[in-house]
Amino acid sequence: MDLRTPEAPPTAEERFAVDSVLGPPESGWFGGERTPLDGHVALGGLAKARSRRHLLLPALHAVQEQVGWISLAALGYLCERLDLAPAEAYGVASAYALFTFEPAPPVVVHVCDDVACRAACGGDPTEELAARHGPPGSGTTVTWRPSPCLGHCEHGSAALVQKAGAGGGRASLAPFTAGDMDRLVALGPQVELEDLPVPLALVPQAGAEGSQLRLLRRVGRLDPSSLDAYRAAGGYEGLRRALEMGPSGVIAELEEAKLLGRGGAAFPTGAKWAAVARNPVRPHYFVANADESEPGTFKDRVLLDHDPYALLEALTIAGVTTGAEKGFVYLRGEYPVAAARLEHAAAEARNRGLLGSDVMGSGLRFDLEVRRGAGAYIAGEETALFNSLEGRRPEPRNKPPFPVDRGLFEKPTGVNNVETLLSVLEVLAMGAAAYARQGTPDSTGTRLFCLSGCVARPGLYEVPMGTTLGSLLGLAGGVAEGRSLRAVLLGGAAGSFVGPEDMDLPLSFEGVRAAGTTLGSGVVVVLDDTVDMTAFVGRVARFFRDESCGQCVPCRVGTQRQEEVLGRLVAGRPLGSVGDELALLADLDQVLRDASICGLGQTASSVVTSALRRGLLGNGALSGNGRQP
Amino acid sequence: MTTMAPASTPVALRRNVELTVDGEPVTVPEGSTILEACRAQGIEVPTLCYLETLAPVNVCRVCVVELEGSRALVPSCSRPVAAGMVVHTASERVRTSRRMVLELLASSVDLSTADGDVHRWIDEYGARPERHGPSAPPGDRDHAHAGHHEPPEVGLAATVAQVVKRDNDQYVRDYSKCILCYKCVEACGEEAQNTFAIAVAGRGFDARISTELDVALPDSACVYCGNCIAVCPTGALMFVSEHDLRAQGEWDEDRQEVTRTVCPYCGVGCNLELHVQDNRIVKVTSPLDHDVTSGNLCVKGRFGFEFAQGGG
Ligand SMILES: Cc1cc2nc3c(=O)[nH]c(=O)nc-3n(C[C@H](O)[C@H](O)[C@H](O)COP(=O)(O)O)c2cc1C
Ligand code: SF4
Ligand code: SF4
Ligand code: SF4
Ligand code: FES
Ligand code: FES
Repeated sequence: MDLRTPEAPPTAEERFAVDSVLGPPESGWFGGERTPLDGHVALGGLAKARSRRHLLLPALHAVQEQVGWISLAALGYLCERLDLAPAEAYGVASAYALFTFEPAPPVVVHVCDDVACRAACGGDPTEELAARHGPPGSGTTVTWRPSPCLGHCEHGSAALVQKAGAGGGRASLAPFTAGDMDRLVALGPQVELEDLPVPLALVPQAGAEGSQLRLLRRVGRLDPSSLDAYRAAGGYEGLRRALEMGPSGVIAELEEAKLLGRGGAAFPTGAKWAAVARNPVRPHYFVANADESEPGTFKDRVLLDHDPYALLEALTIAGVTTGAEKGFVYLRGEYPVAAARLEHAAAEARNRGLLGSDVMGSGLRFDLEVRRGAGAYIAGEETALFNSLEGRRPEPRNKPPFPVDRGLFEKPTGVNNVETLLSVLEVLAMGAAAYARQGTPDSTGTRLFCLSGCVARPGLYEVPMGTTLGSLLGLAGGVAEGRSLRAVLLGGAAGSFVGPEDMDLPLSFEGVRAAGTTLGSGVVVVLDDTVDMTAFVGRVARFFRDESCGQCVPCRVGTQRQEEVLGRLVAGRPLGSVGDELALLADLDQVLRDASICGLGQTASSVVTSALRRGLLGNGALSGNGRQP
Repeated sequence: MTTMAPASTPVALRRNVELTVDGEPVTVPEGSTILEACRAQGIEVPTLCYLETLAPVNVCRVCVVELEGSRALVPSCSRPVAAGMVVHTASERVRTSRRMVLELLASSVDLSTADGDVHRWIDEYGARPERHGPSAPPGDRDHAHAGHHEPPEVGLAATVAQVVKRDNDQYVRDYSKCILCYKCVEACGEEAQNTFAIAVAGRGFDARISTELDVALPDSACVYCGNCIAVCPTGALMFVSEHDLRAQGEWDEDRQEVTRTVCPYCGVGCNLELHVQDNRIVKVTSPLDHDVTSGNLCVKGRFGFEFAQGGG
């Protein structure tokens, strides 16, 4: 490969950031000081450098956090160290929202203007910020930018504060008010991220009479840093049982429990684990998908912030059961608290022999790494996630081949959502038969629902599968007094609307399927009569336009066009007749669903189509005859 | 792109697979794609990102067909055949998706110098790019930030229009004509040249072909092999000589003669096709089916003619 890296040298700060991830350079060929010897010895290091491509994202994070932006020189140095072409590295880096390539103020506040926060505060929360602090990107030491959902929807407003330089990093603020922004602007780069209050988790059922929480039972009751506390509460009993049962025993339990994946596709977990376990190709990998970026979703954050050991235990069980010796937690980059707590928990578990070369004295090897995303919803799609971990663009791959055959680093890979993995612990704790008695015959167990928007007690709820929408809303106290329920967005941006008449809808996989909707990631955004539905749906269209990876034509151009048509309809300036525009939307819906590569494009028109069908747009004046999803 | 080419087995070992395409039985060797099965039947399937000499990236989606048992349509260029498959290539669903893919591209990309087939397909499928509205003015696509964008003025259709990049004497990059088929990236990288001077950057509608931080080509790793030009289906990448003649309204393929010769610079034996108009070499290609080059050349074969005719 003819590698040419930019001539400008990196600053000491940039070098320090890169070296903090990659270690000091070993030789002049990979970005160190050239010594006369280097020209005369052939180093076998190229293959090694290339095999470290998976460190690209961690290194980019380091530069972004240290310097606040990524310069050509920093990119060049990083590429020398990894023997990677700068064009390729830029192609990767520029696909993520959290990386910037122009000098930026040291403090950047990413402010959520997404669906749940919009519904909760009755409008666009960024309008006030713009009025008080200027348009996005303005300001010299502190600036703000609108952001898609930050995973703190139960608070009704949220921000992620990013600070560059010493003491830098990321911190979440939720709830977040314009007053908070005033204070941040006043503090400027003096702000100490540790001084910002850590957002609480709202779990209204905790401690409430009669609630029998399973997945959420430890949340808020244990010190999330203490391995002893976790073990005292029964932690790591699941791993002990799994080691006793052996892989076939665990898989049989999961199959008998009929556990289905909670990440959106409802795939049988037992079958997935079995397929990885029996694949003769080695090595195997297992990935916990903690990229949680579906607007309105915050369940994984609550679990990871408050019960980090549970995920590590479950992932270890997955590893020893499927023959994977290496696991990854792919955590969304906007979850700094979870990142710190998971890292701490992993170190503790390693110290106590619960990770490493002899897991719990079994002679089996399993260890894991926590890797952070960098602001890309699409990276949650499992094959895009593999590409992201490998240091490639987060673009979904063509399927087949499926991950159980060719996944991470082209090897057999299991991937599960965080809630799925924690449900595995419950299956092992209760036994498959007891687990399967919860919920409905086809949707077993309990399920987490993220309630947000115009609801009296927003937060994370756990109920048996098949609970009706009405009783779930009842638990959360319904809509505020004097208001009336207009619609409920189920499943997030990739989901669809149901209405006040759907209170008997059973929230089970088969129940929502029969009603033509989806549980998705458990999003329940409650919308009352104060919500501007047109702006709400417009936000969803913008989300898909911004989050498409851009690989395939239907989604790359289709999401752009969908946003434009909606804009014209809202402005009352249709091209041709309103009927023409609705026909265009129907055509876009069809090509998106039928010809897109992945689930993002295939669901990008779902909310728009659903809103039209229900007459929720333009005060009901617009209604399409879009087909059922 | 990490999509893999369907595994190819030596011909002698290949078994045959029978499937049904548009109601007719078709028998093709195992490992063939649905596209190959269609072509064996004489059925035309439009393709844009597919090229015989590159592993399929299956991104344009114009080649989709209906496969019974599959929820969504499947890209025929990359899906290997399996015994008993039932495929429809002309159903309403297939026609709608192909029409929309063509319409979406034609409404956002300047296809004026694209292969003739593209225009024929646009007509045949009834794509109506104009229904997306008049084009918005060109934008600064190289500085788009992932996850943020300004929607165009209401009533206008965003396009990929932008200023032509002319930063070297060999070729021009007019990304207003880019359909993002990934072919140039593949040709520059893993598939042929191994230079990796260009890659896809950004995401969504802002995705674009770029050098690192959009530095000019002379500051990039580019070695001017021109292999990207050879695979570009839309004329987004073009010899300076062709670009200038077109700008002057002088480009005329009817006045051109194509002479096949062997490259004089080294002993590899690359075949060259010299395109000559009015006694000047205006472009150099190499046959795709040539077993030495597969269409690829190096800077000497591709652009050395400039020295031959004392230009540059
Ligand atoms: C656009 C898109 C985004 C996704 N994001 C996530 C995510 O953030 N977390 C997740 O667990 N699954 C996500 N998925 C689903 C994953 O591809 C995969 O199906 C899931 O992680 C499998 O886990 P499960 O079997 O436990 O459900 C996403 C899918 C798509 C198409
Ligand atoms: S559907 Fe969208 S997100 Fe998925 S591969 Fe295509 S462009 Fe990328
Ligand atoms: S001319 Fe060759 S090296 Fe330069 S970008 Fe094109 S393919 Fe890559
Ligand atoms: S420049 Fe040409 S070859 Fe490259 S992606 Fe665009 S259209 Fe395809
Ligand atoms: S944090 Fe605002 S919508 Fe989720
Ligand atoms: S030709 Fe098949 S997807 Fe482009």
